[in-house]
Amino acid sequence: MRICVTVTDSDLQGAPSLIRSLPVNARFAASLSIVTSLAVLTACGGSESSTSDSAGAVASSSSVDLNGAGATFPYPIYLKWFSNYAEQTGVKINYGSVGSGAGIRQLSEGTVDFGASDGPMSDEELAAAKGGPVMHFPSVLGAVVITYNLPDVTVPLTLTGEIIGDIFLGKITKWNDPRIAAENSGVTLPAQDILVVHRSDGSGTTYIFTDYLTAVSAAWKAGPGKGKSVSWPVGLGGKGNEGVSGSVKQTPGTIGYVELAYAKQNRLPSARVKNASGAAVEPTIESITAAAEGAMSQLGKDSDYRVSIVNAAGASAYPISSFTWLLVYQNQADGVKGKKLVDFMRWMYGAGQQSAASLDYAPLPSALATQLADRLSTIQGVPK
Amino acid sequence: MEGVAAPAVSGPSDAAGIEGSSTGDRIYRVVTFLCAVSIPLLLGFIALEIIIGAWPALSKFGFSFLTGSTWDVGAGEFGAAPMIYGTVVSSVLALLLATPFALGVAIFLSEFAPPWLRQPVAFLVDLLAAIPSVVYGLWGIFVLLPILRESVMPFLATTLGLGATPLFSGPAYGNSMLAAAIILAIMVLPYISAVSREVLMAVPRAQREAALALGATRWEMIRDAVVPYARSGIIGGIILGLGRALGETMAVTMLIGNRAELSASLFAPGYTLASVIANEFAEASTEFHTAALMACGAVLLGVTLLVNMLARWLVGRVGRDGR
Repeated sequence: MRICVTVTDSDLQGAPSLIRSLPVNARFAASLSIVTSLAVLTACGGSESSTSDSAGAVASSSSVDLNGAGATFPYPIYLKWFSNYAEQTGVKINYGSVGSGAGIRQLSEGTVDFGASDGPMSDEELAAAKGGPVMHFPSVLGAVVITYNLPDVTVPLTLTGEIIGDIFLGKITKWNDPRIAAENSGVTLPAQDILVVHRSDGSGTTYIFTDYLTAVSAAWKAGPGKGKSVSWPVGLGGKGNEGVSGSVKQTPGTIGYVELAYAKQNRLPSARVKNASGAAVEPTIESITAAAEGAMSQLGKDSDYRVSIVNAAGASAYPISSFTWLLVYQNQADGVKGKKLVDFMRWMYGAGQQSAASLDYAPLPSALATQLADRLSTIQGVPK
Repeated sequence: MEGVAAPAVSGPSDAAGIEGSSTGDRIYRVVTFLCAVSIPLLLGFIALEIIIGAWPALSKFGFSFLTGSTWDVGAGEFGAAPMIYGTVVSSVLALLLATPFALGVAIFLSEFAPPWLRQPVAFLVDLLAAIPSVVYGLWGIFVLLPILRESVMPFLATTLGLGATPLFSGPAYGNSMLAAAIILAIMVLPYISAVSREVLMAVPRAQREAALALGATRWEMIRDAVVPYARSGIIGGIILGLGRALGETMAVTMLIGNRAELSASLFAPGYTLASVIANEFAEASTEFHTAALMACGAVLLGVTLLVNMLARWLVGRVGRDGR
């Protein structure tokens, strides 16, 4: 809440006696609150518009057909899908980008029609869901980019999973460490300290990144492990992608991680990362989709799709890639809403996937999208 | 002092005198009574809700929640000592930085400034309080941090040779306890200066004239007659600032570095209770994690109440000993 301090002259009459008796705080707070409303209209007006992001998410709730909540990571593409879908069909879908954890909680409580998460729900979370079994539907692919600030290095650095793990563990502390140099022959690396920047807020981006480190580094697995918030051994915390990239952009010698869409739109340098087959791969829409293709063998018809695709097989697969999921109850309590939801998701696996790349999200492999669209028919309680 | 105490005592008895004189008064009295009672009730309700939410964490960790310095979500280990330390240190440091400056502004505006300058400057200082927290945070990231990193911190550490002391040691990242304290100082300055200014301007003219008549210089008049007269009001302003500083979230989160580690150095990143809640609440997935964050909220509430009670006691004491 914002308080603007303004005191009118009339407040001052007899002020010394009043103020020296007890209620200094109380009295002042009262006079402040009087002017708050006025101040909000004038000087504080700016803050109103800055919150339009969250205000937009709850707008026009009266005419909304479906409500969802969850991950912030896919928020831009979901917003685009929902608005495109509303234009084409008139079905209005409202999405609150409140974070995956809150999305899972709201779905479990049944306060939303669908949830969204960057990490799959745990078995305990699935058991706690009040509306019965929850199905995971991958909606689109995202990736995490390793970005850094080395002004004199002009070609993209190449890093391996072990090196990234040891940098974020604080075991590699200099940019000219022989192990980094070995991967980057021909690049002059400065004898500078490495400063690690990570996310301070719990986030799906952190989940994907630490999931990857857990997969490629035994020391990381034994240490911080994976999660939306972990206990970072070294470094600074920045709030949001903009907090991390702000620190990295300004400070020479820093390394951090941000989501692909953010890195591309802000033209951040990104490292090429060696994947499971030993190829150094740049993060692109194609290399991320390739990661999902590499993981197709785990995604048979009876899969529950709670799979991680970090460090996936395939020569062109970018290794720090991940699904983001829509969470849907298998038994829809409200057939009308269920039908709308299934129809939307069928659209999402068709036309929706084609528009993903325009916002720097990678579309699912087409075979997988078809398979998932077929899986929609296993949702119960929906009129056929 | 007697002249001051009198109205405070006569207030309630005046009210008693007109009590029951008409139905309108009675209704008015009931309505205002309900308003007044609703505030403590609301506060109690909030405190109760927070404590119920925090109970799983509080009952498991007990006192070690306050003293433990490990905050590891993955391992389910939660100790809030670094956050408590960061909250208190950043706020106190902010007050130390802001108070002299705010008093300088207030004294200039009330004693020296010509009338044509007084209103605009007062307005501009007050306007500082109208800037949204997130804007302070962004300004901090793009303006304050580079200055700290490239000029202020190297200057303190090497030029002044303070780098050998634990307070100013370590690498200069920018994001630090110092950065948080500076942004907080700027944010609480208008609160302290506005209250101080109004209190100083309300010091009776006779007080000033008497001091001058006794041969005091202008500086002596301000130091010995005006400021002591307004002292408890000024402390009230400082408490208001402290309250803001303890609870401030957004700007601090963007600048403090968010590391749950106890460090004596002001150059080192820190964490505050409000920041950890803002950072982790939305994505808290385990029930225990949520409870630990609620417990942080309870601790923040406790720290704020404690500090305010202490300050209230201080105001009372200064008021009595003042003259």
